[in-house]
Amino acid sequence: MGPVIGVLFDGFAYGMLLFLLSVGLSVTLGMMNFVNLAHCAFAMLGGYVTVTLINTYQWPFLATLPVAFLAAGAASVLFERVLYRRLYGASDLDQVLLTIGLAFVAVAVAAYVYGTVQQPVRVPAYLRGSVTVAGLTLGTYRLFLVTVALAVTLVLVLALEYTRFGAQVRAAVDNQRMARGLGINVGLVFAITFALGSGLAGLGGALAIEIVGLDPSFAFTYLIYVLIVVSVGGLGSIGGSFAAAALIGISDVAGKYYAPQLGAFLIYLVMIVLLMWRPVGLFGRR
Amino acid sequence: MSIVGAVTEPHAYLRSQTRWRPVELAFWLATLLPYVLFPDYLVLASAIAITALFALSLDLILGYAGIVSLGHAAFFGLGAYTAGLAAKHGWGEPISGLALGGLVAGIVGYGASLIVARFRHLALIMITLGMGLLLEQAANSASWLTGGADGLQGVKMWPIFDVFRFDLYGKTAYGYSLGVLFIVFLVARRLINSPFGLSLRGIRENALRMPALGAPSRAHIRKIYTIAAVIAGFAGALLAQTTETVSLEAFGFQRSADVLVILILGGTGRLYGGLVGAIIFMVARDQFSGNTPQFWYFWIGILLVAVVMFLPNGVLGGLARLGALLRGRAP
Repeated sequence: MGPVIGVLFDGFAYGMLLFLLSVGLSVTLGMMNFVNLAHCAFAMLGGYVTVTLINTYQWPFLATLPVAFLAAGAASVLFERVLYRRLYGASDLDQVLLTIGLAFVAVAVAAYVYGTVQQPVRVPAYLRGSVTVAGLTLGTYRLFLVTVALAVTLVLVLALEYTRFGAQVRAAVDNQRMARGLGINVGLVFAITFALGSGLAGLGGALAIEIVGLDPSFAFTYLIYVLIVVSVGGLGSIGGSFAAAALIGISDVAGKYYAPQLGAFLIYLVMIVLLMWRPVGLFGRR
Repeated sequence: MSIVGAVTEPHAYLRSQTRWRPVELAFWLATLLPYVLFPDYLVLASAIAITALFALSLDLILGYAGIVSLGHAAFFGLGAYTAGLAAKHGWGEPISGLALGGLVAGIVGYGASLIVARFRHLALIMITLGMGLLLEQAANSASWLTGGADGLQGVKMWPIFDVFRFDLYGKTAYGYSLGVLFIVFLVARRLINSPFGLSLRGIRENALRMPALGAPSRAHIRKIYTIAAVIAGFAGALLAQTTETVSLEAFGFQRSADVLVILILGGTGRLYGGLVGAIIFMVARDQFSGNTPQFWYFWIGILLVAVVMFLPNGVLGGLARLGALLRGRAP
């Protein structure tokens, strides 16, 4: 029984990482229908900010996390205002091309500045090792990751449900035209949401280093997982992203543990079957 | 969208499109120049012809039917592995190997088209991407068959028609690839300038309205997707046969992304777009990428952003002859 729960826990922790990486994309996609394939490039930026602050400036790990969040959010606003917003009404193809282009540039810049090697990061001693809870040995860092992700989820859900801004976001996701008609500045709401979402991706990128490492290919490797989570969970749904991320994380880790010869095969198969069954995702409405 | 400026009778319009222009003849004659001018670069020329064939295949679904695919390398890889495996296991006859590669890719393509025709937008992008990744993983996992990450070794080709032996300098390889490209191009040209080709363009512009006009969108998409898969399979088979090896990279996301870039570079929805794009892309990569491929992608990325921002209808769309046609389109 022990290994099963261990795998479930590791999978859940991995899923929470995917949730942080993908929730922003889910909401912005749901709102603007903008296919942002550069989303993970912002996550990668967060990761490199943390690496630089720790290795060059000797910052403590925890202090770098908010900076990673802010840096990714700020960079994303810049791109949103300058490039993305011109393409909101454009075709899928144009959006895909623009954002793939940005991701290519991000990968090349990261490779130029940091090289193509994995970035070493030492998390502080209190986050290393493992703790034993009720006879189960759980990795401390993974517990920390799950705690952060759950806290973020709670804040997101409460903010979306009970604040004025959250109501505007929900209105814009549900019916953009109607929201505009009611006097909501959808462009502004979108820009803020986009920044928050990219910031969360940056935070996820920073937290991911300890689990999956960081190299320039991050922007594409995890993009695929993020897109899977988003399309399975349904656009614009935080709960959907959460459930899909947990599902994908657990099936990926369990698949690699119990059937390593299949590799990631299983996860792609699950995605295609799910999408064929429900093209709008598990929790999507449109 | 107005395809023609002047109102003409449909069949007269189609016939006028099928007429060969001098510039086209010049283009195809020029493809023979590498034999005379650059005999040292025939291997590259062969790779260009194969890439052009692959880009032509994507153009049929993306440029004409408006299906955005991020996993088109799936069919390229299928063709490559089929032809490679056939040759490895004792059947090195090129033409039948090529046909077999196209056939397998076509069968899988038809299966996939049943799914693809039902979706648009994000779900479509994700499903095509997922299928490409799925096949790449499958090829990686089935290393007993495909050689996995080491690639497929031991592909031995027989001479074409029992006469033309594959040589180190790519003389036969280029002639073979170019010949296949030309024949497929003729078929594609005929296809695009037919009523079927016109309905594909209608689907690209408005997939919901076409059924109302009596053209079944999904059936057309299934047809063209299968045809494109066969052509991509041919391209993969050509690569396997001319290089006598197949690697997992044949299935890779990078290949799907590259061919998209090539098509954008040359201009989508134009038969020569993929061909011109392939020449520019492959020659530029050969000259500039060297041993630092990451930086090559920096410029590709910049190029993509610039194209989307400043030339929304493709780079070569700016050519004067097509300028008038482009202005007729919605911005």
